[in-house]
Amino acid sequence: MSEKFVVGYDGSDVAKRALDFAVSRAKAQGGSILIVHVLEWSPYSFLTPEEIEERHARRTEELERAETALMTPLKSTIAAAGVPVETRIKYGHVAKTLCDVAKKEGATQMVIGRDGDGGLSSRVFGSVAGSLVQVAPVPCTIVP
Amino acid sequence: MTRLVPTAVLAACFTFPAALTASAQSIDETINGIFASSTGWFVNLIFSNFPGTNFPWIVAWLVIAATVFTVYFGVIQFRAFGHAIALVRGDYSDPDDAGEVSHFQALATALSGTVGLGNIAGVAVAIGIGGPGATFWMILAGLLGMASKFTECTLGVKYRNEYANGKVSGGPMYYLTKGFAERGVPGGRFLAILFSIFCILGALGGGNMFQANQAHAQLTNVFGVYPGWITGIVFAGIVFAVIVGGIKSIARVTEKVVPIMGVIYVGTALIIILMNYDMIGWAFGQIFAGAFTGLGVAGGFVGALIQGFRRAAFSNEAGVGSAAIAHSAVRTKEPITEGFVSLLEPLIDTVIVCTMTALVIIITGQLISDPNTGLYLLNEAGTAIRTVGDTSGVALTSAAFSSSIGGFKYVLALAVILFAFSTMISWSYYGLKAWTYLFGESKTQELVFKSIFCLFVVIGASASLGPVIDFSDAAIFAMAVVNIIGLYVLMPIVKRELNSYWSRLKSGEIKKFT
Repeated sequence: MSEKFVVGYDGSDVAKRALDFAVSRAKAQGGSILIVHVLEWSPYSFLTPEEIEERHARRTEELERAETALMTPLKSTIAAAGVPVETRIKYGHVAKTLCDVAKKEGATQMVIGRDGDGGLSSRVFGSVAGSLVQVAPVPCTIVP
Repeated sequence: MTRLVPTAVLAACFTFPAALTASAQSIDETINGIFASSTGWFVNLIFSNFPGTNFPWIVAWLVIAATVFTVYFGVIQFRAFGHAIALVRGDYSDPDDAGEVSHFQALATALSGTVGLGNIAGVAVAIGIGGPGATFWMILAGLLGMASKFTECTLGVKYRNEYANGKVSGGPMYYLTKGFAERGVPGGRFLAILFSIFCILGALGGGNMFQANQAHAQLTNVFGVYPGWITGIVFAGIVFAVIVGGIKSIARVTEKVVPIMGVIYVGTALIIILMNYDMIGWAFGQIFAGAFTGLGVAGGFVGALIQGFRRAAFSNEAGVGSAAIAHSAVRTKEPITEGFVSLLEPLIDTVIVCTMTALVIIITGQLISDPNTGLYLLNEAGTAIRTVGDTSGVALTSAAFSSSIGGFKYVLALAVILFAFSTMISWSYYGLKAWTYLFGESKTQELVFKSIFCLFVVIGASASLGPVIDFSDAAIFAMAVVNIIGLYVLMPIVKRELNSYWSRLKSGEIKKFT
């Protein structure tokens, strides 16, 4: 069974490092890459009436922007490196959504970056990397 | 007719700034004079009583409609209750649709428009006049109102307009037009225009000036007397920043704080009730006894009934049509699911929050009764029950809460201001939708209405505009007259939707995702 790497990607430098790491491993092991971009979203946040009205249009815009700005450039470069690549753009809680995708798509490994900025907010609310350590359904590599 | 009223509103707006330089007193007098003489007939018409009684026909209109819908849809408020909760929890939401507005968000936004001063001040008025028995009738009317909400919100989603840019506009004006056309009933367009006019007036009045006015009253209670225009300008500035400037951060703060305030309010009420746990049985005894005998209140048990019905109708807006506008923007494949979710609104607003206020007032012994007869003592005018501090309205609620938890009046003042603010934001949207229905969807039209809206915040806070507020309350209930005619005509369509959905739910065609 070939390896399938789920990579959490948000366009940041650490995310790029995580992706490079995953691509090099996938190439070595003959595996494939599934890049997942999660847009933070809670169905329990509170919106004004106008935001509710515009939500569908905004969502469509956000998905398009993520596709063209983040995913499309990656697809061609990784495919050029000879690694099969797929992309997903999802809404939800970042760590939970990454795990859901990994389970659903039958991934064998997860790779994410961390910014290592242990500020107050991540102490209080936790970080994506910290959460994944707790809940990841498959082996998870955290790239500094 | 369509152009006439908004033109008058516009003209009024442009003349106000000039007039503001004159003394505030004369502005008040002028506005009061003009409004009272030109709108008094309308207010009297809407709030007039059945001949020979003191029962306002508009209250009967709302309660009868709620009863008809309850019977017609087979007590839908209880049958679909569990399913409504499951929908709000997201059990039936496709994970691939994440990022769209959830049922929870639609409900929370619609609730923030209805939970407000009515729940705090209005209930106190009702209990003060109608006695504890009013609570019983208020709860009953709240439960019945759930069926009205269900009907109007289903229609709101079903007949909304969707535009190419992904935006949606919905509400009674759209189902009156499109639904009537579908059924081949004439007059839909006329009713829609009428509804829109009332909706704009209601939004500027009850949804704006009244809120600003009461928020200022509450501020002066806490901080002492100061000019209303200061509150008005500050409020208008914040409202402007949110609805025109699109400053989401302010909205987001209120968003977070308003539900928290709601929880704090209900939580505090529960604590006070539990602190007096030995009185709970007695309080319910008073509520039931009062509901059927009146316990000495003005008008006997009928007095209690009118107050209770009236408060529920005023508070949860079931049948008014405003919730149909709020809920219509939600993306759902099944319009009826939004109807199910919306039936929770009167439950939360009236049956839970209003009842909490009532229980606290009763349990803390604010109402004075004769120890020998057990009947409530009336004030000198014989219009309301005598209270411990001779208070009424929001001051009565404040006194009741503070008697158990000192200093709660500051929390209450904050709650009143935040509730007023969130109600204004919601009504600015309802008014806007009615405005763009009449004048067309464009950025310019939106800006015109929003600017007028902000101006009315200042006017509402600075002046004591009795007749204006009477008029705008009348306008909100006039919305219900038009809307409920529409609901009667269109209820077979909702029934068809309901039967189709219910059978698919039972057969397992509609499945849970979790």
